[in-house]
Amino acid sequence: MRGKLIEFRNVSFRYTEELPWVLKDCSFEIYENEEVAIIGHNGSGKSTVAKLMNGLLFPEEGAIFINGQQVTQESIWEIRKDVGMVFQNPDNQFVGTTVQDDVAFGMENRGIPRAEMVKRIDDTLSAVGMLDYLMTEPHKLSGGQKQRVAIASVLAIFPQVLILDEATAMLDPKGRTEIMETITSVQEKHQLSLITITHDLQEVVRAERVIVMNEGEIWDEATPREIFAKRAELRKIGLDVPFIANLSDALLKAGVSITNEPLNQRELLEDLWISHSRM
Amino acid sequence: MSNSLIIGQYVPGKSVIHRLDPRTKIIIIFFFVFIVFFANSVLSYGVLTAFALASMFTTRIPMYYIIKGLTPVWFLIVFTFLLHLIVTKEGSVLIEFLGFKIYSGALIQGFAISMRFFLLILVTSLLTLTTTPIEITDAIENILHPLKKMKFPVHELALMMSISLRFIPTLMQETEKISRAQASRGVDFRTGPLKERVKAVVPLLVPLFVSAFKRAEDLAMAMEARGYQGGEGRTKLRELKIEKRDIFIYILFVFVVAGLFFTRNWS
Amino acid sequence: MDITFKNVNYIYQQGTPFEHKAIEDLSFDIPSGSFVAIIGHTGSGKSTLIQHLNGLVRPSSGDVTIGDFHLTNDSKVKNMKELRSRVGVVFQYPEHQLFEETVEKDIAFGPENFDVPKDEIQKRIREITPDVGIPEELLKRSPFELSGGQMRRVAIAGVLAIKPEVLVLDEPTAGLDPRGQKEMMNMFYDMHKREGLTTILVTHSMEDAVKYADHVIILNNGTKYMEGKPEEVFIQKKALQKVQLEVPDIVQFLNAFEEKFGKRIPYRRQSIEEIASEIQQFLEGAESS
Repeated sequence: MRGKLIEFRNVSFRYTEELPWVLKDCSFEIYENEEVAIIGHNGSGKSTVAKLMNGLLFPEEGAIFINGQQVTQESIWEIRKDVGMVFQNPDNQFVGTTVQDDVAFGMENRGIPRAEMVKRIDDTLSAVGMLDYLMTEPHKLSGGQKQRVAIASVLAIFPQVLILDEATAMLDPKGRTEIMETITSVQEKHQLSLITITHDLQEVVRAERVIVMNEGEIWDEATPREIFAKRAELRKIGLDVPFIANLSDALLKAGVSITNEPLNQRELLEDLWISHSRM
Repeated sequence: MSNSLIIGQYVPGKSVIHRLDPRTKIIIIFFFVFIVFFANSVLSYGVLTAFALASMFTTRIPMYYIIKGLTPVWFLIVFTFLLHLIVTKEGSVLIEFLGFKIYSGALIQGFAISMRFFLLILVTSLLTLTTTPIEITDAIENILHPLKKMKFPVHELALMMSISLRFIPTLMQETEKISRAQASRGVDFRTGPLKERVKAVVPLLVPLFVSAFKRAEDLAMAMEARGYQGGEGRTKLRELKIEKRDIFIYILFVFVVAGLFFTRNWS
Repeated sequence: MDITFKNVNYIYQQGTPFEHKAIEDLSFDIPSGSFVAIIGHTGSGKSTLIQHLNGLVRPSSGDVTIGDFHLTNDSKVKNMKELRSRVGVVFQYPEHQLFEETVEKDIAFGPENFDVPKDEIQKRIREITPDVGIPEELLKRSPFELSGGQMRRVAIAGVLAIKPEVLVLDEPTAGLDPRGQKEMMNMFYDMHKREGLTTILVTHSMEDAVKYADHVIILNNGTKYMEGKPEEVFIQKKALQKVQLEVPDIVQFLNAFEEKFGKRIPYRRQSIEEIASEIQQFLEGAESS
């Protein structure tokens, strides 16, 4: 059994009293070394969830626990060490004047000795494949490269969970692939939970568990397969389903029997093959 | 992007001057600016000029590049010289034409002032030509460090400077993008009466400010998320180190100063 | 308006050490009224190409013809303003161009610059805002109070209010959620059909290109890499992968289907339902044999 890493206990949030609730009574848990996708249309409250997780915002009602410690004004310093975040806009989170300065920024904040910094810059930049760009200035990097640096700078302080808050939304397909490959290789080497907040179906499909947000509430929480089985309802709340799920729907309607809920091309073909050979 | 603005733009290189500790460069330039005003004889100017030119050649930055960079300043130097020629009325009359009298004192003073001006510009542009803006920022932070005890926000100032440097290219790209979008909506930035052109700046500036504020907000959040909480207890990746070459330059400079005072009043 | 590029080159910062070629020997025709998708990675020359379409830049060499307007290196377009009123460009993240006090004023900004009479502008605003999905009560609000998606719609309305004949869209759906993306693309497609616009869509999305475009141009490193009908271009998996582009999902599936079942279902831009029924027929046929 994996340990509990993050817990939301009946969390409600709004920016001010005049404004409507952004989150309403949300409860969920995230475990060690788990990969969870949080999806929902723009304005569903999913990014607010991320900001609550590392104390950039605080709940109005309910409580949030990281490793059993409640997120409060007093605990954010330690919480932010464990919860690393990569944001949407690659430009607006690049603090340093060069790649190595940016990776160093978080470590400098934590007073890590220089020799250790140099070592970790080396390690993390090679983990994200950016070691050749040590001295490069941000305006000479592509969006995908900047996001990889952002990931490296989070990894440099050894967090327990990495939150990608729509970190691929502003990238082109090539940049997105870069980021997802980077994440996969990082997961192989580090014990790390991953929370991706996203619209990208590729990122949803690879998760172990999906939390669907709608109108500030948790709409559903299940495996990608179970979630995408509710295609019609998902479309109703403004979300997309993978092409393969759409195709299986059309096949079912055309009278082809499909028994499982195929999530990818291989699974669908497998399914068709079985019904084909049975015929 | 514009190529004409090169006064003091950093030129990468590996010369001794490039590799000097930025503090060394700033301190020496500071004292240089100071002692320039003590020069009062041809020979003493010669000592200073020799030092400045020798430094310039050591950088290995092409001469034409430096001269071209000084173009707007040449005009000022010549203008200062001419102004003194006309206005100053000391010493004996050298030439007289069209009712103007040019005095010997004017020639000497004009020469002295222009020379000082030239030396100041040359030496300070050597600093920016051979030092990246971020090195200069580090050096200033380090030099001002003692002021911290007086509650002067040294760290914040340095951080502000380095973030500004980091975002200059970003904002320049942004300006270009917005002006393209507005030009497509019929804004004419290039022709028309001055009043119209000034008005055309509004659709450029408003979006630029809006976006700068948005970026600032995002950046502040990203910095907070990465554990930033002010200068207290921070370590630094960028390190400044005084090397042998710095000591050498300091000693050399002491000789230059001595030489200057020795040659003062010689004529 | 017909658009023609003939041997167009564009070189940035020519004559400096920073010189680099953004577009190289590019030729193509876009007939009036067509819907063309331009696809390529960042840095493939797409954004430089767009800037030629309304005279923001002139080619370093070669000819660009847009209707009656000619752009070459040595001749300036005489009536640049008219060209820009006939070619509307929706740039990436167009909400960044908003600046007026109210939504209404911002939409009116373009037409005003092109000297459209006041009452005509008002008429256009009433027409366009429902089309792009801006409720009337927003017109008097500041654009900066709106949500990101609404701001995007206002900016697009500002370009449409110019009533261009050619509409250039540079990744108009970037950053929107799936529902917003679909709504927006359908809106552009309806408008394209209804107004007979020439539409040029710059996109990364193969799915959008295959769904809406009747002609596709693929750029790579500033040159034209492939060109043709979507159903011709998108079946060339190897050629596309060479420049790190993926074929659309549906083509990918049909390829894999053929591999597994030995049955080729040719791609003719069928809908997902048509594909499903073709598969059903094949499976049924296999059963009866």
